[in-house]
Amino acid sequence: MTAPPAATADPPAGDVAIRLERLTKTYPGASRPAVDGLDLTITRGELVALVGPSGCGKTTTLKMINRLIEPTSGTVWVDGVDIRTRPTHELRRGIGYVIQQAGLFPHRTVGDNIATVPKLLGWDRGRIAARVDELADLLRLDRGLLGRYPAALSGGQQQRVGVARALAADPPVLLMDEPYSAVDPIVRAQLQDELLTLQREVHKTIVFVTHDIDEAIKLANRIAILNVGGILEQLDSPAEMLRAPRNDFVADFLGDDRGIKRLSLMTVEDASLSKGPVVAESTTAADARDAMAALGYDWVAVCDGDDRLRGWIGAAELDGADTVGELTPKPFRAVVTADTNLKAALDGIVSSQTRVAMVVDADGRYLGMLTVDDLAEGIVA
Amino acid sequence: MIPVLAARPPSWSGFGIDGNWDVVWYYTVAHLRITALALALGAAVAFPLGLAGYRWRRSYPGILGVTNVLYTIPSLSLLVLLGLGFGLGLLNDRPLIVALAIYTLAILVRNLVEGLRGVPDSVKDAAAGVGYTPRRSLLAIELPLAVPAIMAGFRVAAVSTISLVSVGGVLGRGGLGFLFFEGFRRNRTSEIIAGIVASVLLAVVVDIALVLTRRVLTPWTPARAGRR
Repeated sequence: MTAPPAATADPPAGDVAIRLERLTKTYPGASRPAVDGLDLTITRGELVALVGPSGCGKTTTLKMINRLIEPTSGTVWVDGVDIRTRPTHELRRGIGYVIQQAGLFPHRTVGDNIATVPKLLGWDRGRIAARVDELADLLRLDRGLLGRYPAALSGGQQQRVGVARALAADPPVLLMDEPYSAVDPIVRAQLQDELLTLQREVHKTIVFVTHDIDEAIKLANRIAILNVGGILEQLDSPAEMLRAPRNDFVADFLGDDRGIKRLSLMTVEDASLSKGPVVAESTTAADARDAMAALGYDWVAVCDGDDRLRGWIGAAELDGADTVGELTPKPFRAVVTADTNLKAALDGIVSSQTRVAMVVDADGRYLGMLTVDDLAEGIVA
Repeated sequence: MIPVLAARPPSWSGFGIDGNWDVVWYYTVAHLRITALALALGAAVAFPLGLAGYRWRRSYPGILGVTNVLYTIPSLSLLVLLGLGFGLGLLNDRPLIVALAIYTLAILVRNLVEGLRGVPDSVKDAAAGVGYTPRRSLLAIELPLAVPAIMAGFRVAAVSTISLVSVGGVLGRGGLGFLFFEGFRRNRTSEIIAGIVASVLLAVVVDIALVLTRRVLTPWTPARAGRR
């Protein structure tokens, strides 16, 4: 429950929110099943992404959880209850549902859209109004928008309203069907970040369908990669899946930049740092040369008396100087902190002249440095 | 909504319009009354037919076919058929109202069904997904969203009905149509012109009223567009 998103290595332990058991769907007239005997257990509070190429049955699977599609065979359990034992409309009012392009009701104001499920549940007016305001704040929607119609909103705002509507009656489970595929990449990244923040607050059990593996890696605690016909190829945390894809299909689907993607899931904290050629300002030129030579560099990093990183000085500049302090150090291009992700650190390394990323603490004190070799070790390990 | 008429129609006197405004007003109201009753009857029949055609897709071609065939029956034949064949009588408004109502079906049914089918799948999907029962989804989501198409059908039906009412003038009925036929018979040009101008004005006024009604009913649509 308290595990931060995208950081758990193993399937989180905890109570089961959703269980799919031998779930199969064969559409009338189809020669092979769209989903074939799928078993999947989803723990309370985790975000599971269903990912795969078109025709892999990911949306079909999602829609079988709220019975928009009836399975041919198999069982779906939500909160330990076989969903067939509940009236469909009651079941659905207890499951948040977010779809592509939001699916807002164009003839209802934003506020009325958000209030949809509470109204269906018969809440009183005061409680609905308070809840709508609360959700507008939670989703960072200006309250002035509540009286507008959806057509007046941007794609990103509409999608936020879609999420607010899904959360309105505080359902424990949220189903999201390619919610961000229709918005532009910048807004999409923003909405993804917001979802991660939101999820830390609301701890919903989320089933998230996407065809975008990067979105899944960014958002999910666990990813289920499905193959055509609803075959579950692998179910793992993003880090584990990137480290050890079970077969060629999964490896292909993850892309040829698996290593880089893994870096994006790790932070500087996860890497082992090199010591680096570092000297104090009072160091003599000769000692500075020794420090370079000892580690095989042609530059040296300079720190002040409080260990704060000042910059670097090249070997040639030391000629004619007595101490390092006489020279003006050049600033490092890549200075990172413990919570920087390793993909960003790598970017800093390859775009800096010294080919390293310097690691400092919150006060700018030097902690160590990262080289491409250090990162590579982390990936291989 | 439905205008009530004075017991005895005033009659046209002399050859000019002067002194005959009450006659023009009387037949304008009579014209509007027949139009309103025909539209109301047409809508009352078209609504269940359209819902059936929407709900049971396979029934729709048949329903549409029947309304289209009815639409092709010549108006005078239909009037006589209804008046004599179905015993509605020829010397009252009933055969005329029923005939006009029959003609509205083709357009009203089609626009209702097309309007309901035009509701985006994502919206229907969302309605079901958040827990609307099919009936509530139809009433609260699909029908309101079909209103622009339904009203577009109403406008066409209203204007064509207003022009067709005059056919009843042949039988001494038909609102303003009576003025055309009487004007021709008595060779009174002013009476003919009064009938024509009044029926054109009536059509324009009714059309504007329906446009305004649609705007009131659909505040979410952009003000300028006739349909979304």
